Amino acid sequence: MKARVTVMLKNGVLDPQGEAVHHALDALGFDGVNGVRQGKVILLELAETDAAAAEKNVGEMCEKLLANTVIESYSIEIL
Amino acid sequence: MRVGIVVFPGSNCDRDLEVAFRAAGADVTMIWHKETSLPKGLDMIGVPGGFSFGDYLRCGAIAAQSPICRAVVDHAKAGGYVLGVCNGFQILTETGLLPGALLRNANLKYICKTIPLTVENTDSAYTSGYSQGEQVMFPIAHHDGNYTADADTVARLEGDGRVAFRYADNPNGSTADIAGIFSQNRRVLGMMPHPERAADAKHGGTDGQALFRAVVGAMQHA
Repeated sequence: MKARVTVMLKNGVLDPQGEAVHHALDALGFDGVNGVRQGKVILLELAETDAAAAEKNVGEMCEKLLANTVIESYSIEIL
Repeated sequence: MRVGIVVFPGSNCDRDLEVAFRAAGADVTMIWHKETSLPKGLDMIGVPGGFSFGDYLRCGAIAAQSPICRAVVDHAKAGGYVLGVCNGFQILTETGLLPGALLRNANLKYICKTIPLTVENTDSAYTSGYSQGEQVMFPIAHHDGNYTADADTVARLEGDGRVAFRYADNPNGSTADIAGIFSQNRRVLGMMPHPERAADAKHGGTDGQALFRAVVGAMQHA
């Protein structure tokens, strides 16, 4: 079983990397982009076979290590 | 007065911190990050700057989960002194000992230069050797030094006099120009600038010496 964790800076937290990408897109002529946020994706390969148990376990991993919940939000997909 | 300095893979300021503490008169013990307990009788712990675990995941996130950090947190919670510099500051926020977090610098650039700081609060073992509002020159060298915390946290830090140092000319976008903060009991100090790199005239500055002398002196009289 695999899990995909997406970690993003929370809304309202300045994302300089996203801003830089946004500026570059503007410079390339891609207008109409209203905002860019950049985060990270972490793929986990799990021995667990029960989706609910896997999601709970990955949630604990996020709270403890994978995300800094002061500044970041996370979402979990069980694949 | 006995100081323990934690050694993580990738940290490159552990020996600088050791030299600065020794010059101020402390006995220093280096502690490998895989140790699960601190040597007996330590008065304070230094968490050095550098790039622990290659800054992977987030700066300081992996170091904050290392076995020794549980002991460092226990030491602080029992009233012990802890100084975290640069990556050490990032580690202390990741452990939750200090509030807030360090984001990528607002201009996205790694900054390495000596800059002016204002001493905001002299009522601590670390800053008693300075005068209130004094300007000091400390080096910075960081890519993720943009201090952030929610408005309530910043208001609490300001109200309780827990801002230790402020940037005179904010280089990285930090909220309220914050360069260093204390814990509630002012025994934990986390700061992005490097006092240990301003503790020897041969390195271009001595403004950091007063910090090490003050804290070592405070321990010796305790």
